[in-house]
Amino acid sequence: MTIHQLSIFVENQQGTLLKVLDILKEAGIQLVATTIADTQEYGIYRVICSEPTRAYIILKEAGINVALTDVLALELDNQPGRAADAIRVISAAGVSIKYMYTFLLGGKGVMIFRADPCDKAKEAIILNKLKFIAEEDLSKLL
Amino acid sequence: MIKFPVPDDSCEYFDKEHETMTREQIEALQVERLRETVARCMKNPIYKKRLEEAGVTPESISSVADIRRIPFTTKSDLRDNYPFGLSCVPLRDCVRLHSSSGTTGNPTVILHTQNDLDEWANQVARNLWMVGLRPDDVFQNSSGYGMFTGGLGFQYGAERLGMLTVPAAAGNSLRQIKFMRDFGTTALHAVPSYVTRLYEVMQEQGVDPRKDTKLKVLAIGAEPHSEEQRQRIQNMLGVKAYNSFGMSEMCGPGVGFECKEQNGLHFWEDYYIVEIVDPETLEPVPDGEIGELVLTSIKREAMPLLRYRTRDLTRVLGRTCPCGRNHVRIDRMKGRSDDMMVLRGVNIFPIQIEKILMNFKELASNYLITLTTDQDNDNMTVEVELEELFTDDYGRLESLRKEVTRQLKDEILLTPIVKLVPKGSLPVSEGKAVRVVDKRKVYQ
Repeated sequence: MTIHQLSIFVENQQGTLLKVLDILKEAGIQLVATTIADTQEYGIYRVICSEPTRAYIILKEAGINVALTDVLALELDNQPGRAADAIRVISAAGVSIKYMYTFLLGGKGVMIFRADPCDKAKEAIILNKLKFIAEEDLSKLL
Repeated sequence: MIKFPVPDDSCEYFDKEHETMTREQIEALQVERLRETVARCMKNPIYKKRLEEAGVTPESISSVADIRRIPFTTKSDLRDNYPFGLSCVPLRDCVRLHSSSGTTGNPTVILHTQNDLDEWANQVARNLWMVGLRPDDVFQNSSGYGMFTGGLGFQYGAERLGMLTVPAAAGNSLRQIKFMRDFGTTALHAVPSYVTRLYEVMQEQGVDPRKDTKLKVLAIGAEPHSEEQRQRIQNMLGVKAYNSFGMSEMCGPGVGFECKEQNGLHFWEDYYIVEIVDPETLEPVPDGEIGELVLTSIKREAMPLLRYRTRDLTRVLGRTCPCGRNHVRIDRMKGRSDDMMVLRGVNIFPIQIEKILMNFKELASNYLITLTTDQDNDNMTVEVELEELFTDDYGRLESLRKEVTRQLKDEILLTPIVKLVPKGSLPVSEGKAVRVVDKRKVYQ
């Protein structure tokens, strides 16, 4: 139900993202989705990619502050209102969303989010028959 | 011919006669050697004039306290008389010189006779023997060589003791680790920030210092560091780290060293007269109170220094020790008085900041303090590297930053700007770490 996301601590400074991206490029890691906010001093660069565990080890060995985070991933039909429906279900279960981002992959909408508490979110997803994406599913979509 | 005998391995002392003297014996020897030193200084015109003006003659010295009649010597005296103006012997009697880097003016030059070098090696050997090193040990000196005394000083001392000595010098961490493993290094000397660096490289290389090396003793010095940093280093490498004090003006390393008790550094009073004075009034402070360390070298020939103001701030911890040595125990340096930052009227030492940062396991040991001026207000920014990204949550990173800020404020009484930065983003020097950048000076 959860997939691996890389969380990378980067300084808000020219060239810091490039350093990370070059390491991933060198290793032949394919990016699926990435996001970073415009914070003042530092940011957490969140990355969904192919072979996240290998990417994590490579970054770690390069001395990068990186964490492997489990995030929830839902597959949504690419139609108006589907994101609202999904969030309504999560919200009704009393779960708060720490952060979220969406993207299209193979014609389907993908919603990535971190929930608190995570267990309650999983329960709501199962009970309401939302379609979640597992690690294997994601690599199939690539 | 064995000129310098080495005791049996089982003996606790390298130089039992001098190391175990009673206080009375120490002071009697100091009076005798101070007289000889004053007599030697009379051969130098600058000292001669000063001593005559103060009415000091060798015969007029009858107790250690008489040293207070002698004027102080400062680093500016050395600079003003650069390079050889304060020497007390002809240059033909000198066999070596060492020099400081001279980042703030003329470098200071210190001359040595052959006897000076021999005594210096004896001092260093005494220290290394004191912490359990014996001729079977392998000593790797990862200190800068050349003009810096940490290189040759430890080299000759370790050789005097009879150890296999590896002049690895500073830098090239991969090679250092290879040496340690290939040569079976049991003792390492380096500046504390470099020991931390070596450990990081070991981790990157998958080397476990406990299993993959034979290290048992570390000598660390030349850079002020906190007890917390020492503890951290000891935990990293799984060995005892002993604090070493030296300064090129007094010879180099070997002036003071911790014994196995790790409760202050024994300053060798058969070589030096140690005073702690109030840096403002220059009057002696009572034992236990912090003041400026003032040293007089009483066994040196080429360039003895009379009441040299070291600018190091410390205090006397005691004059006896369970180890059997009655040489004065001096606390670790509390910073140098010229390291001192004055911000909005508050005196702050980098070591205070470091002590707090070391308490956070989330933080790495590399940090940088930057002082700036903003609308006539002094600001301090403390950048510190994150050891591990322990969370994916901005909130928790912010809480960490706030907690660090709060604890720093409690310590230094003003609120610094704390910045968490990625590991490896601050400059790492392989010699002395640069901890403070004062950008305020451009406004002065």
